[in-house]
Amino acid sequence: MRNDRILLSHGEGGKRTRDLIAEVIARHFDNPVLSPFLDAGLLGRIEGEIAFTTDGYVVTPPFFPGGDIGRLAVCGTVNDLAVCGAKAVAISCGLILEEGLPADTLTRALSSMREAAAEAGVFVACGDTKVVETGKGDGIFITTAGVGVLAAGWKPAPGKVRPGDRILLTGTMGDHQIAVLIARKGLSIEAPVRSDVAPLSGLLLPLVGRFGGKVRFMRDPTRGGVGVTLNEMAAAAGARFVLEEARLPVREPVRGVCEILGFDPLYLANEGKAVLIVDGDAAEEILAALREHICGKEAAVIGEVTEGAPGVRMRTAVGGLRAVDYPVGDQLPRIC
Amino acid sequence: MRYIDDFRDPSAAKGLVVRIRRDAAEVPVRLMEVCGTHTVAIARSGIRSLLSGAVTMLSGPGCPVCVTPDGYIDAAIALGKERGALLASFGDMLRVPGRSSSLEKEKGKGVDVRVVYSPLDAVALAAASPDREVVFLGVGFETTAPAIGGAIRTAAARGVRNFSVLPSVRTIPEAMGALAADPEVRIEGFLCPAHVSAVIGSDAYRAVAEKHDIPCVVAGFEPLDILMGISMLVRQRKEGAARVENEYTRVATASGNRKAQEMLRETFVPCDTGWRGIGVIPGSGLRIAERYSAFDAERKFGIPVVFGQEKSACRCGDVLKGKILPADCSLFGKTCVPEEPYGPCMVSGEGTCAAHFRYGAP
Repeated sequence: MRNDRILLSHGEGGKRTRDLIAEVIARHFDNPVLSPFLDAGLLGRIEGEIAFTTDGYVVTPPFFPGGDIGRLAVCGTVNDLAVCGAKAVAISCGLILEEGLPADTLTRALSSMREAAAEAGVFVACGDTKVVETGKGDGIFITTAGVGVLAAGWKPAPGKVRPGDRILLTGTMGDHQIAVLIARKGLSIEAPVRSDVAPLSGLLLPLVGRFGGKVRFMRDPTRGGVGVTLNEMAAAAGARFVLEEARLPVREPVRGVCEILGFDPLYLANEGKAVLIVDGDAAEEILAALREHICGKEAAVIGEVTEGAPGVRMRTAVGGLRAVDYPVGDQLPRIC
Repeated sequence: MRYIDDFRDPSAAKGLVVRIRRDAAEVPVRLMEVCGTHTVAIARSGIRSLLSGAVTMLSGPGCPVCVTPDGYIDAAIALGKERGALLASFGDMLRVPGRSSSLEKEKGKGVDVRVVYSPLDAVALAAASPDREVVFLGVGFETTAPAIGGAIRTAAARGVRNFSVLPSVRTIPEAMGALAADPEVRIEGFLCPAHVSAVIGSDAYRAVAEKHDIPCVVAGFEPLDILMGISMLVRQRKEGAARVENEYTRVATASGNRKAQEMLRETFVPCDTGWRGIGVIPGSGLRIAERYSAFDAERKFGIPVVFGQEKSACRCGDVLKGKILPADCSLFGKTCVPEEPYGPCMVSGEGTCAAHFRYGAP
């Protein structure tokens, strides 16, 4: 690209827009659906039941240990499809850039979108680029939509959740949010924490293929963390979940930062984790299967479904019982 | 993390629960945790459920936001609205309702309210904006008060004359004395605050223990600290004793932090003050000392804090005195929730109602 910064004219539809698309975007996402640059990507016939999702990414800063906004945009969409049992087929890429953004920031974000897409076996089928004036955006925002196809005939079935089912978490809590927090300037905290952002399709889709209905329901605990996600799942299932505080996996440096700043890891965002409600009799076998995959090595049974009014409770480390509710007020805005 | 995990050890906790239950009488013993941080720690670790039937934990008035009367918020709003002052405040004061509005609502209408993390940040704000009057909303107990005093002393030393403090500083032992004397509350033991005690020292509770024949135990904020403190109180009760004991010896001493105490003596003098729901308790407040009166916003602007005009339906007062549990208030969880609080006990993260709402009765 001739300019080292994004200009308003890159979004005006004229020559510079064409240059941006040809020299930057096409170079990163070259594929037969995108490359003709029609007004829509022609996906052709897709066999099976279709799943469709969308998301926006405004994380600040855009680059953080373990990931960046580009990787986040692809993984977030792939994971929303994966927890519904769908294999991502194609995603879109909408870019909202702020005038003055270093072109290098854009190319780094796009490179990592490309890498994450290759990792997840998905391609970018269409896109859009807009530029807003200085001060009207914050560097780079990305929106994505994703089309997927149900892979194994498996569908989320919150209605099938019953007492005796187990609650599984595929790994440690809070790594993403703490990594972003540390990457922010102005907080003089240092800790070796990396975001967990990763596509989960390779972990979850074979699992539902193998265990079918024994996996009742899955969600990815992003914003609001495991605490909020479980509250939503308990409401959807009309079930009572009881967690074991001692079994919740949290890395030491994440715990340390939480103790200092008064955060509860239960409410911290994750970008490469899933919560699963599974048949109690199959829980150990499913846990073993999760642990065979690189994204599930630290998977754990964190609780169970019991009789009682819908909601989430926790057996605390010292043996007490308390409620786990929705938090009031965000612990930290703009983490994804 | 080792030093944290040591204070959350499940088997040690189990042992303490067994000991508490063994020492407890047939009728549950009524203990009060005075401090809001204890209230939250107890709710979060589920200690109430571990001790049900043996110990009834009442939550006390130790959340500074909760005991700040409506009249204080009204005075702060008047300073911002009528005198155009820039109000610097700790974040959790913003949503506390006054009689007709809150700082958060007034901020939305144009009153200049800034959240600061230290009283010194407010002095810096004043130094950076010499054409504005900057008023720090000095709310707190003996823990925060030395930092407020330090800010006043700094402003005086640097000649920052557009800085002042609207004080709402209260002292814990006097409030404990008032509650101990209340026959309706019937407290049989006080779990005394950790951080306040680090400043004032455990000896500060001797008058309460001796005069009212109530055991007092200073305890830390970790689950095992709390269980140990409760165990010491229950043991004293069993022996018929009423001593001051200190579980939190790793931080709090008998005489406290002398430097902080000197700061308090230099910048403040004791006064009578109003506590929301409790009323005026003699000698339970700190007002700014005469030599620093130029930094006292009440005197500087002639806007006094008026006590005793609380909203009638709100039962925060009875909650703060341990007379009722939050769930006994008809507003709790209905018209009064953390997103839309009616009373201050639901506002602060350390408020009794907020803790009960969030961590609940299982």
